[in-house]
Amino acid sequence: MSKLRYDFQAIAEWIGEGETVLDLGCGDGSLLRHLADTRGVLGYGVEADPENVKASIRNGINVLQIDLERGLAGFEDGFFDHVVMSFSLQAIHNTIGILTEMLRVGHEAVVSFPNFAYWRHRQAILNGHMPVSENLPHQWYNTPNVRFFTIADFEHLCEMNGIVIRDAIGFDEGVRVREEPNFLASVGLFRLGREH
Amino acid sequence: MTQPQSVGVVTPRTQRFTEPLLLKSGGRLEEYELVFETYGELNADRSNAVLVCHALSGSHHVAGYYADAPDNVGWWDNLVGPGKPLDTRKFFVIGVNNLGGCYGSTGPTSIDPATGTSYGANFPFVTVEDWVASQARLADVLGIQQFAAVVGGSLGGMQALSWTLQYPNRVANAAVIAAAPKLSAENIAFNEVARQAILTDPDYHDGDYTAHGVVPERGLRLARMVGHITYLSDDAMAEKFGRSLRHGKQVFSYEAEFEIESYLRYQGKKFAGYFDANTYLLTTKALDYFDPAFEYGGNLPAALSRAQADFLVVSFSTDWRFPPERSHEIVQALLHNRRSVSYAEIDSAAGHDSFLLNDAIYHGVLSAYFDRIKVTAHV
Repeated sequence: MSKLRYDFQAIAEWIGEGETVLDLGCGDGSLLRHLADTRGVLGYGVEADPENVKASIRNGINVLQIDLERGLAGFEDGFFDHVVMSFSLQAIHNTIGILTEMLRVGHEAVVSFPNFAYWRHRQAILNGHMPVSENLPHQWYNTPNVRFFTIADFEHLCEMNGIVIRDAIGFDEGVRVREEPNFLASVGLFRLGREH
Repeated sequence: MTQPQSVGVVTPRTQRFTEPLLLKSGGRLEEYELVFETYGELNADRSNAVLVCHALSGSHHVAGYYADAPDNVGWWDNLVGPGKPLDTRKFFVIGVNNLGGCYGSTGPTSIDPATGTSYGANFPFVTVEDWVASQARLADVLGIQQFAAVVGGSLGGMQALSWTLQYPNRVANAAVIAAAPKLSAENIAFNEVARQAILTDPDYHDGDYTAHGVVPERGLRLARMVGHITYLSDDAMAEKFGRSLRHGKQVFSYEAEFEIESYLRYQGKKFAGYFDANTYLLTTKALDYFDPAFEYGGNLPAALSRAQADFLVVSFSTDWRFPPERSHEIVQALLHNRRSVSYAEIDSAAGHDSFLLNDAIYHGVLSAYFDRIKVTAHV
């Protein structure tokens, strides 16, 4: 997970001391561990994979084994200050449903995802192959990803669904991209909210 | 890493209590005994104690075996021992037979000092809260101010939950496994069928069967049979028994023909040979009455607001007695109160009984949780 630390750093900057954080697809709990250590957050992770549930428990974080495809029905409206989903949105069928739920149970949502329009990915397609990269490590036949979209697509989806983009950062292999993120960034990180 | 081992030979102990215990039912026990076993060693600051609460037919014999009965292995021996998830090199683990039980603690088969004969049906109703109160007195005697953890499955999980509400400062962690915050109407219905089987057995004699020199064996058998159905899953039964016929063909008789019939009869008969009918009745009523939210107008989050412990909640996918949704209720109520809680939903084919089995993922989750509990080392 250490290669994703740049994304943790940026997320941590958006989170205040002692706030409440829900991390959807929390993996081994590294992000929540980081946020607990650096921000003193009250954190809960959601994971479907039993190995990750065990790893999160060992990491000393609260983890709830829930299938995200079933939504967040058990969580109360506005309970969390932040709901984070790091590198999981592309692996969920019900994209709009989960974004809506994140902004129901949280005041703010943070999502990061691989950008399929990254120039190296475009190059792979031009060369006749599905992209395989640091952030898209799987082959087409074994990928857990079910949604293939770009930073531009995601911005469009937010606009269509009344989701406000409060911040957006593109990364190219860990380095912040200043221009043309849909072309130059391999990863998009978005901070989302609702209009009040 | 060493191989998991047995705690070895264990010896139950008995503690007598002479201060009367007032019960939730309004009843009262002037004096009583609790039989218990311990595994591992209590550390110097008495911070490594773990209480294991038993379910309907369990006992204080959680782990190890007896010198004179090496085949009598504790009911949760796969969990408790050196190198096991509840590692006795780290923790001092205690098993207690609940009041009203039939394994040595004061119960219906004990002698009532007021009459000089066994309590029988006169044994007062006991509740989960009463059990917890009596366990707390045992903790006092053992010098344990706070448990590192209280752990239980099914009815034992309800006791663990109740501990966190009755003595919030005396439980650092609670592991509530295959439990529910209260029974459903369907759960109570099954219990009632089991009770009626006992109560309508002609050998029950209004609970005074001992005086008549009999036991309501037929009732107990039926009670256990119906109980067993609810502990298994449709899948587990299909896999284990299917429609297998003992004679390989249909013989058109009421003898045990299908393997599942044979299995249930065997389990019923075995159970009736050692379990006390009045204990069964009392214990199923304790299950039915358990409802910490009752005093809060059914508001479980309000009821759980007293809890201070960190929680591990575990459910099993095919448990239809206390399905995962019942555990979700507990998790959501704890979350509402901003309590520290982790929840694992174990994929298992074995139904409610899964909590007793040695599933790698299940035990891995328990190990991960118990390993992170910090206790001071032995000196």
